[in-house]
Amino acid sequence: MHKLLVSAPALLIAFGTAASAQTVKIGVINTLSGPDVQQGEMLERGLELYDKLHAKDLGGVKVELVKRDDTGLNPDTAKRLAQELVTRDHVNLITGFVWSPNFMAVAPVATQGKVPMVSLNAAALPAVGMSPFMVRTSFTLTQQAYPLGKWAAKQGYKKAYTAATDYAPGNEGAAAFTKSFTEAGGQVIGSVKFPAPPQTPDFAPFLQKVKDAKPDVLYVFVPAGAQATSVLRAVHDLDFKGAGITVISTEDLDPDEEFPNIGSLGVGLVTSGVYDSDATRPGNKEFVADYYKQYGTKLAPDFETADAWSGMKMIFDMIKATKGKFTGEQAMDFFSHYKDSNGPKGEWLIDPSTRQIVQNVYMRRLEMRNGKLFDTEFDNLGLMDAMGQPYAAK
Amino acid sequence: MSATEATPTAAARVVDAFARRHRLAWGELVPWAVAVAAYFLFPDYLALGSQVLATILFGLSLDLILGYAGIVTLGHAALFGAGAYTAGLLAAHGWGEPLSGLVIAAAVAGLVGLVSGAIVLRTQGLTLLMVTLVVASMLYEAANKAAAITGGADGLSGMNVLPVLGFSFDLYGQTAYWYCLSVLFLCWVIARGIVHSPFGRSLTGIRENERRMHAIGSPVYWRRLTIYSIAAAMAGASGALIAQTTGFVGLDSLDPINRSGAILIMLILGGVGRLYGAFIGVPLYMILQDRFAAIDPVYWYFYIGLVLVLVVVFAPGGAFGLADRLLRRVRRSA
Amino acid sequence: MSDSLVAAVSILFFGVAYGMVLYLVSVGLSVTMGLMGVVNLAHGVFATAGGYVATALMMSFGVPFLPAVVGGMIGAVILSIPLEWLLYRRLYGGDELDQVLLTIGLVFMSVAVCKFFWGPLAQPFQPPQWLSGSITVAGRQFPAFRSFVILAGAVVFAVLWLGLERTRFGAQIRAAVDNRRMAQSVGINTSQLFTWTFALGSALAALGGSLGAEILAIEPAYALEHLVYFLIVVSVGGLGSIRGPFFAALLLGVADTGFKYLLPDFGAFFIYAITLVVLLVRPRGLFGLA
Repeated sequence: MHKLLVSAPALLIAFGTAASAQTVKIGVINTLSGPDVQQGEMLERGLELYDKLHAKDLGGVKVELVKRDDTGLNPDTAKRLAQELVTRDHVNLITGFVWSPNFMAVAPVATQGKVPMVSLNAAALPAVGMSPFMVRTSFTLTQQAYPLGKWAAKQGYKKAYTAATDYAPGNEGAAAFTKSFTEAGGQVIGSVKFPAPPQTPDFAPFLQKVKDAKPDVLYVFVPAGAQATSVLRAVHDLDFKGAGITVISTEDLDPDEEFPNIGSLGVGLVTSGVYDSDATRPGNKEFVADYYKQYGTKLAPDFETADAWSGMKMIFDMIKATKGKFTGEQAMDFFSHYKDSNGPKGEWLIDPSTRQIVQNVYMRRLEMRNGKLFDTEFDNLGLMDAMGQPYAAK
Repeated sequence: MSATEATPTAAARVVDAFARRHRLAWGELVPWAVAVAAYFLFPDYLALGSQVLATILFGLSLDLILGYAGIVTLGHAALFGAGAYTAGLLAAHGWGEPLSGLVIAAAVAGLVGLVSGAIVLRTQGLTLLMVTLVVASMLYEAANKAAAITGGADGLSGMNVLPVLGFSFDLYGQTAYWYCLSVLFLCWVIARGIVHSPFGRSLTGIRENERRMHAIGSPVYWRRLTIYSIAAAMAGASGALIAQTTGFVGLDSLDPINRSGAILIMLILGGVGRLYGAFIGVPLYMILQDRFAAIDPVYWYFYIGLVLVLVVVFAPGGAFGLADRLLRRVRRSA
Repeated sequence: MSDSLVAAVSILFFGVAYGMVLYLVSVGLSVTMGLMGVVNLAHGVFATAGGYVATALMMSFGVPFLPAVVGGMIGAVILSIPLEWLLYRRLYGGDELDQVLLTIGLVFMSVAVCKFFWGPLAQPFQPPQWLSGSITVAGRQFPAFRSFVILAGAVVFAVLWLGLERTRFGAQIRAAVDNRRMAQSVGINTSQLFTWTFALGSALAALGGSLGAEILAIEPAYALEHLVYFLIVVSVGGLGSIRGPFFAALLLGVADTGFKYLLPDFGAFFIYAITLVVLLVRPRGLFGLA
C-alpha cells in the first residue's frame, strides 16, 4: 500500500518534467531581498533582458518564469523552494542561484525530480558534480584565481597575503591563488578570513594585520557588491600604496555597478575576470546597448548580468532545439555540448565530460577616463577550464 | 450518569476508564485529528507541514522549562542545533539510519542540556538569561569555526538519510510528515505524563514560589536540572527531525537570538505553561510567515513585532489566555 | 619596531576604538537596567536610529558631520520619550519574560521600518574631510577618524563620571539605583528621573551609533547583530554603573580585536568563554552596584 502512496507522486513528476509543447515553466531562485539583494538584482536584469528580447524567437513556445526569493545565503530555504517548485508548481527547469551553498543544497531535488538546474552565478567548483542535472554558465573561483596567482608570480611579486570571506567561493579562490603562486616560486606568508554574509565586517583591523606583515601583494576576495567598495576604501585609508602593497583580486572586487562609488579609490586595480562592461567585442557592444536601452545608465551591467544573459541564451537555445518538449536528460545532454562564440563574454563552452564552463579569462586594469572609471582588458589568458588550466579540447 | 441512559458497551467502559485515569479530555484529541486531516487535505504542503510538526516539538520542549519550571532562557537554540548537527553528521558520515540517528541526537542534546544546565541553573534572573545566551553563542561560534566538520557558514551538506522503517523520504514529504507526527506524538505523551505527575506539580511550585519550595525541602536545583535535560533531549529530537527531513543543517539552527527568539514568540502566541501553547502558536506563526514572506518579507517582520508587543501588553496569556477570558465572560453572562 | 610591538599597537588601537563605540552604545543600557530593572533588548535600536538619521542628514541634506551627529542624538531622544511613556513604563518591576518579549517585538518592528525606509544594505559612511586619512604619532600612521572616536569616547566618559559625581541629577540616579524606595521617600521624583535617564541613555547610544558607523555598520539588523556584545558589556561591567561598562567595553574591544588578529580560528569563542566565567564568579559584574 505504501508503495502506491510513494510511487503516485513520482509518476506525476515524471509526467510533469516532460514539458508540453505549449508552455515551458522555468523556476527562478534568486535573492530578491535582504542585505545581498544587489547581486540578485544584477542577475535578474540579465535574465529578464534576454527573456524580453528573445521570447518571440521560440517559435510558438511560451516561457513562464516562476520567481522565488531565497532571501540570501540560506541553503535550507533554497532547497525547500526548489522542492516546492518541482512538486507544487511543476516547473521543467530551475535557474538563478546567486549563492553556492544554495545551489549545492538543491542537488538532491535535481536528482530525485530529474529537473535540470542551471546556475547563473553560484561558482563553487564541486557544485555541478553533485548531480547529473546541474550545470552552470558563470565561472569558478579557481578558474579565475589560479591564473591570477601565476600572473602575479610572473610580475615579480615574491611575498603574498590572502584575505577572503569565509565561505565556499572565498576559500576556494584563496586556495587556488595560493597553489599557483607557490607553484611559480612565490611565498604566501599569511591569510585572513572575513566573516561570512550576512555580516558586514569591519575590514580595517584585518587589513591592518596584512599591512603589518609587509607582503608585496594582497589577494582579496569579498562577495561582489557594496563590500567591494568598503574594502577598497579601507585599503586606501590604511595607505597600502604607500606601504608598497599591491592589491589584486578576481572581478568580484570591481563589479561594474559599483564604479561610481569606487571612483578614484580603484584606479590601477588589476583583476582577473570573465566579463567587464567596457569590453569592445561586438557581442558585448550589442548586449550593453540593449541593456542601457532597457535599464538606463545608472547601474552598469556586471559579470552577474552577463552570466545570467548567457545562461538564458543557453536555455532558450535548448528550448528552440527541442521545440519546448524535453525531458531532464535531454536538456542536460544539450547543455553538456553547448558552445557560444559571440556573447558578451566572448567565446565559451560547456565541457561535456565535467559539465563545467570553459571560457576566456582576461586580465583587466581600472583606469580613469573622462572622470569615469573604466576597465581595460590588457591581456587574454585564453580558454581556461574550471581548474584554471588552459583548456585542451578532446 | 442517570439510570435512564443506555447501558455503556464494554469498549466504551474501557475507553472511559482509560480517559479518567489519564485525565484525558476530548479536546486533547483535536490537534491529532487536525494533523491527520491536514495530510489528506493539503498534499502539496507536506514539506511545510513536517517542519511545523517538528517545530511544535521544539516549542513543547521550551514550554516544559519556561512554562512549567519558569526558566527564562535565550539558549534553547543550542539544544536544537546540537540535535540537528548530531543527526546531520551521522547521516553525512555513513550512519544514515534515521531512527537510531534521532535517538543518538536526542541523547547528545540531553547531555549538552545536562552539562550546560548544571552550570547555568546556578544563576538567577538576568544573569541566568545572559549565561544561557553566552553558552548558546559559544556553541554557535564553535560550529562556525569548526567548518571542516560542520561546513561552517556554508552548512552541512552530503547528508544521506536512509529510509525510515522501509519508507524512503520522498520529494513530496509524505514520509517526513508521518515521521515527524509520530515522534511528536510520542514526546507529547511523555511531556503530558511529566506535567501531570507529582514531579510536574513540584515544578509548578518552584515556578510560583521558589522560596517556599526551598523551605519545604524540595530539591529545587536538581528538579530544574532534570526537566532542563529532558526538555533538551526533546529539543534535540526536533532539531534532528528537521535535519533528517530537509537533508541539511545550517548555522541558523544554533542562532541564539533568531531561533530562540522565534520559538519564544511562537510559544507566547499560543500561551505559556498550558502544554498546548506550542500546538497553537507554532502553526499560526509558521503558516502566516509562509504566506506573508511570499508577499513581502518586510511587512511580515513588522507585523510579527507589532503582534508581539500587543500580546505582551494586552494578552499575556497568548491564545489560551484570551480563550480563558472569553470563557469566563461567557460563564458570567450565562 | 619589532613585529610583536607593531601587532600590539595595532590591536590596542583598533580594540580601544571598538571598545569606545561599544561603551557609548551600552552605557545607557547599563544605567536603565540598573535603574529601572528592565531587560531592554531593544537598546541597540536607538544606536541604529542615531546612525540612520546622522547618515541621512549627511548624505541627503549635506549637513556637516558634527551637526548631523547631534541631529541623530536628537532623533533618538524624540523616539525614546514616547516609547518610555507608553511601553517601557508597563515593564518596571514586571515579569522578566514580558520584558524580553516586548523588547524583541520592538526590535523586529525597527528592523522592518529601517528596511522599508533605507533598504536592506548597510549605509555607506564616509568620514568628513577634516577627519579622513591618517595622522602620524610616534612614527606610526593611525587612521584619523578612529583616533577621533577614541578621543570622543574618553571625553564622554569623563563628562559622565563628573556628572554622576558632581551634579544633583547624578546624585539622584545614584540614589535611585541604590535603593529605589528610599529615593522615593526622600522626595526624588523617580518617574521623571526614569524618563530623563532613558532619554540620555538613548542619546548616548545614538552618538555611539553614528560615531561607530565605520566599525559597526548601520544596517537594519544592527540591534540584533550586536546585541550579545552590548549585553556582555553591561553584565560584565555591572548594572547601574557608569565606570564598570567603560572598562568592560575596552576589555571586550581589545580582546575581540586581539583574538581576531592572533587566533582567528577561534573567533569570538574565547570572548564568550571568558564572559561565562566572569558571570559565574561575579554575577553582579566586575564593578556591579545594583
